Amino acid sequence: MDLVNNLMLGFQTALSLQNLFYALLGVLLGTLIGVLPGLGPVATIAMLLPSIYALDATPALIMLAGIYYGAQYGGSTTAILINVPGESSSVVTAIDGYQMARQGRAGVALATAALGSFFAGCVSTLLVAWMSEPMIVMSFKFGDAERFALMVLGLIGAVVLASGSLIKALCMIVLGLLIGQINTDVISGAPRYSFDLPELMDAEGIGFVVIAMGVFGFGEIIANLGQPAEKREVFTNKVTGLWPTKEDFRQAWPAVLRGTALGSVLGVLPGGGALLASFAAYSLEKKVAQDPSKFGKGAIQGVAGPESANNAGAQTSFIPMLTLGIPTNAVMALMIGAMTIKGIQPGPQVMSTNPALFWGLVASMWVGNLMLVVLNLPLIGMWVKLLTVPYRFLFPAIMVFCCIGSYTLKNNSFDVYMTALFAFVGYVFYKLGCEPAPLLLGYILGPMMEENLRRALLLSRGDWSTFITRPLSAGLLVAAALLVVVVLLPSIRSKREEAFQDAD
Amino acid sequence: MKIKSQKDFWSGLMFIATGIVFAVGALNYSFGSAAHPGPGYFPFGLGVLLALLGGVVLFKALTIEVEGGDRIGSIAWRPLIVVVGAVSLFGFALPRVGMVIALPLLIALASLAGDEFRWKDVLVNCVVLTLGCWLIFIVGLKLNIGLWPGP
Repeated sequence: MDLVNNLMLGFQTALSLQNLFYALLGVLLGTLIGVLPGLGPVATIAMLLPSIYALDATPALIMLAGIYYGAQYGGSTTAILINVPGESSSVVTAIDGYQMARQGRAGVALATAALGSFFAGCVSTLLVAWMSEPMIVMSFKFGDAERFALMVLGLIGAVVLASGSLIKALCMIVLGLLIGQINTDVISGAPRYSFDLPELMDAEGIGFVVIAMGVFGFGEIIANLGQPAEKREVFTNKVTGLWPTKEDFRQAWPAVLRGTALGSVLGVLPGGGALLASFAAYSLEKKVAQDPSKFGKGAIQGVAGPESANNAGAQTSFIPMLTLGIPTNAVMALMIGAMTIKGIQPGPQVMSTNPALFWGLVASMWVGNLMLVVLNLPLIGMWVKLLTVPYRFLFPAIMVFCCIGSYTLKNNSFDVYMTALFAFVGYVFYKLGCEPAPLLLGYILGPMMEENLRRALLLSRGDWSTFITRPLSAGLLVAAALLVVVVLLPSIRSKREEAFQDAD
Repeated sequence: MKIKSQKDFWSGLMFIATGIVFAVGALNYSFGSAAHPGPGYFPFGLGVLLALLGGVVLFKALTIEVEGGDRIGSIAWRPLIVVVGAVSLFGFALPRVGMVIALPLLIALASLAGDEFRWKDVLVNCVVLTLGCWLIFIVGLKLNIGLWPGP
């Protein structure tokens, strides 16, 4: 059994003392930032990217992955206890979770969320392991044209499924692709848009970390500070009776199963991942429930379904990233950035060239999930205390880490200045209602897309029809076009807008 | 002509302008041909595409009615200027005066961005964060950052 052997290798890697430590660090950090509203996994991972220079690739990626799924746990804790979702993916958990807390069932809600997430984490880890090989085998049949078409599909899918205004999101993608063009052209060696600044003349141009930190780290700080502080009601002392009753279990487990299945599927899709999964799961639970009127008044299914789904989605979104090198959301874009920093070319070859990294990462997800359940339930009180830390202590700390991080990238001040510039840009995006996540996806994929496009054209002697005469490439492009058309259909459009309005 | 959505109006203009700047900039690099695309080929196409898409956003902003006009709202000038300024100053100061001075400078200045400014808290922040950074980045990660003012 290949799968068993591979997983054995994975667990050997993940269970080494060093990797266990970084997995623990990752999930703790993830929970921490999940609990703190206004600090998401994207900003945190961006903040930590410079520090991974000092680490090996495997522990670095294990830690970053831990932050992502750890944040899903942390986010649900605050959603349940204080009705403030720490992460966007726990928005729907707050609806019924908070009501449960008000009825004195906070402990049950938290336990349901944790156990549901753990179950979903186990299933989806297996799924990642099982699906990776066929995906990779398939991707080796891809030529330049297919890879280009696949990236187009990935980018389009990402905005179609997961953002507000479609046309503005498309603009942000193209803008990201353009920012990715500020570099030294790989094929001809000509520096582009460098303004004769030597700092902009390397292969990367404007550093990926600089953009992520500036837009997601600083941009969010400015936006947060621009809003008046809010008062919160905290249910810290009422967390008693963690264990759900038999009746709770009976009601929750089918929801967990449905959530896991739905989340796993949606996670793989471009633009999917935790956020979309949790929303879809909540609507599904509401549809299949015998008594839908209970929802919004503390229905346990309303916690179990979305929480399982967001964790499953968070993990299966690693599948396209690991096997094809294509990010489906901003966090995966950062993971790809992290791999590049560590000198690993993301793509289907990672599994064969770095099997220990690949399977170690997969296995670490399961280990990390176990840690989360074991550690977090007893620690809930402590996490909630953290919420009382005022923002005036928090944001200078974030700024300090970002500043030092951007300076140490290349040990010069240029990157710090660029980060400041992107902080401004990030705030402009925020004010104009332009979501920055698609920009990051475009930026990451830009150089790869250009290379594949140019090579494909070179091979076809300048014939653009190569993209539509090759069946696989044509199929992918047609799928991308269909996605856009479907979203523009009036009936679906109004449904979609409704869904995103719920999200706000 | 009336602006129906302020946010989209300005986003549209921003995308158009950026697209044109990139497309014009791409003219400096060899365009090549479809069979031999040069370094200017891809960015030129993207710049044009961005300007076109920006045009659609602008058009929608002028034609489709949006409830409330989608106003941009007040701009948080103070946090914006303070954060951008503090970060730039830090970048300038760190290689010159070292972490022990640059960090408290950054923290104190940044604290001005919030609504509340309490000397005691800022002082605590300065001490804790500077100490923490020294431990994490210089002692722990052994990064090459100057601690004190020096050459």
